[in-house]
Amino acid sequence: MTVVARELKASFAFVERNFNLTKRYWGWELAWLTYGVAGALSITLIGADQGDRRLLLTLMIGAIFWNYLGILFEILADTIQWERWEGTLEYTMMAPVRRYTQLLGSAVYAVVYGLVYTTFILIVLVLFFGIDLSRADLGTTAVFMLIGSLSFVGIGMMAAILPLIYVERGAQMTFVLQSLLLLVSGVYYSIDILPGWMQLISRFSPATYILDGVRRGLIDGMPVTSLWHDVWPLLVMALVLIPLGVWAFGRAERYAKRTGKLKRVG
Amino acid sequence: MTISLEPRPAIPTLGREPATPAPVDQAVSGPSAGEQHLRPAVAALLVDHVTKRFVVGRKRKPVDAVDDVSLRIERGEIYGILGANGSGKSTLIRLVSTLLTIDSGRVEVFGHDIEREEMAVKRLINRVSVDAAFFKKLSPWENLVYAARLYGLDAGHAHADAVRILTRLGIGRSRMGRPVEQMSRGMQQKVAIARALLTSPTLLLLDEPTTGLDPRSKLDVQSFIEELRHSHDATIVLTTHDLDEAARLCDRLAILNEGRIVTEGTPAALIEQVAREHGQPPTLESVFMTYTGRSLDEDVEENASGEDDD
Repeated sequence: MTVVARELKASFAFVERNFNLTKRYWGWELAWLTYGVAGALSITLIGADQGDRRLLLTLMIGAIFWNYLGILFEILADTIQWERWEGTLEYTMMAPVRRYTQLLGSAVYAVVYGLVYTTFILIVLVLFFGIDLSRADLGTTAVFMLIGSLSFVGIGMMAAILPLIYVERGAQMTFVLQSLLLLVSGVYYSIDILPGWMQLISRFSPATYILDGVRRGLIDGMPVTSLWHDVWPLLVMALVLIPLGVWAFGRAERYAKRTGKLKRVG
Repeated sequence: MTISLEPRPAIPTLGREPATPAPVDQAVSGPSAGEQHLRPAVAALLVDHVTKRFVVGRKRKPVDAVDDVSLRIERGEIYGILGANGSGKSTLIRLVSTLLTIDSGRVEVFGHDIEREEMAVKRLINRVSVDAAFFKKLSPWENLVYAARLYGLDAGHAHADAVRILTRLGIGRSRMGRPVEQMSRGMQQKVAIARALLTSPTLLLLDEPTTGLDPRSKLDVQSFIEELRHSHDATIVLTTHDLDEAARLCDRLAILNEGRIVTEGTPAALIEQVAREHGQPPTLESVFMTYTGRSLDEDVEENASGEDDD
């Protein structure tokens, strides 16, 4: 068996395991989906209340696609924390699997899970508000989802390092990081209203470009070819953050092995 | 790749290059066969002057959890490591499991250096820890399939092997699909052993596999380990608090105290030596007390929670 085939097979282990866990926690999945739909509806209703179609769509896209990005981030960032909580971290780390294989498996599952979850919420909201998407450029949306997913995977990998290095506080740190991304990325408002220093930070969040691109595609029907200013930062972030994430994860694993932080705690 | 509990004639190749043990003289089966003078060229496990130091507490005080430990375990042996809580047993097992880095010294598994050939070593080993770590919501079957895929095994073959091993361990088909969390600790530990065996490790690291089990489960697990000696071509390193278990299962023993090996030998030789040289009763308890200055019973009580010790 070639190395590539073996690693792909091993990466499927993480996809299948996460799928099985999702099945076993189906009650929670239902609860989260309900919460996701209710949350997106509640936020979007603010736009309906104002009688402003553009505001309604802006809020709807923010709610739905932040949900998607949040899922990607959480699943990847929790790669370590989840196993630490289950007590399986040492078992997985001992297996003959390269770390990029593990992260690839987690990323594939996160994208598939996120797409299913987001599509469901999108359908519910479109039907609820009777939104006409005939002018939307769905191709633009798809491209930004794809490229944006890659850059968010990179950030998720970086975030996954925190629970590896900080046994007690790592999960809290990833939560703070996710909150900051929410704040600066223009999820529910234009980043133009932020203070100058926060606008500067927002330039480093892939969510800023993803949401802008998706909004222009869905609301204004703009083709992706005219949104290059949003595409190239995402490509750069993906190209930089994914290899950097894998490299940093390897360094963090080495540190954890040197200091004994893979051991089960709690 | 299949594994079997039936007698196996040779070292399993596992079908995974290059993680095959280096060639070993087939005529030599290890010191337990009374052939110490014919040492194989490659040890199943070689630990050479290994030290592992941690810094602990607010003052970051350095502690040598494993201090200049050397040992050599031959293929096919069951090698026991006895020690009090905090003596370094689990740290030593973690070092061999690639879960910790070595500060100084070297470790080789069937001739593969653990630092330079980590992936090759990982394909040769598996570990059962005291806490039988699983995804508790998943079933034994789902946990075993996960393990099989991680180790590059064919899912179809893994299914058949998993059913056979679990059945042998007394876990019926009806239990294989239910969440692990619904099983007793004894049953969970059996599943942990089954999971380790599924990957056909040539070096099996059993870190207090019977600690905290009820007497019946403990006997079941011990019998299974004994059976492995005869039916499965694995070398076993066993840490334990149970002196009877050590005497029953182990070809050789080492006693670890404050990170250092204080004595090593066959149970019979150690008992005989302590009785002869120190005038102590001919028991492993006497051996342990002679070399560590304390009784292992105290540690068993301290460790009754089942958490690993170091």
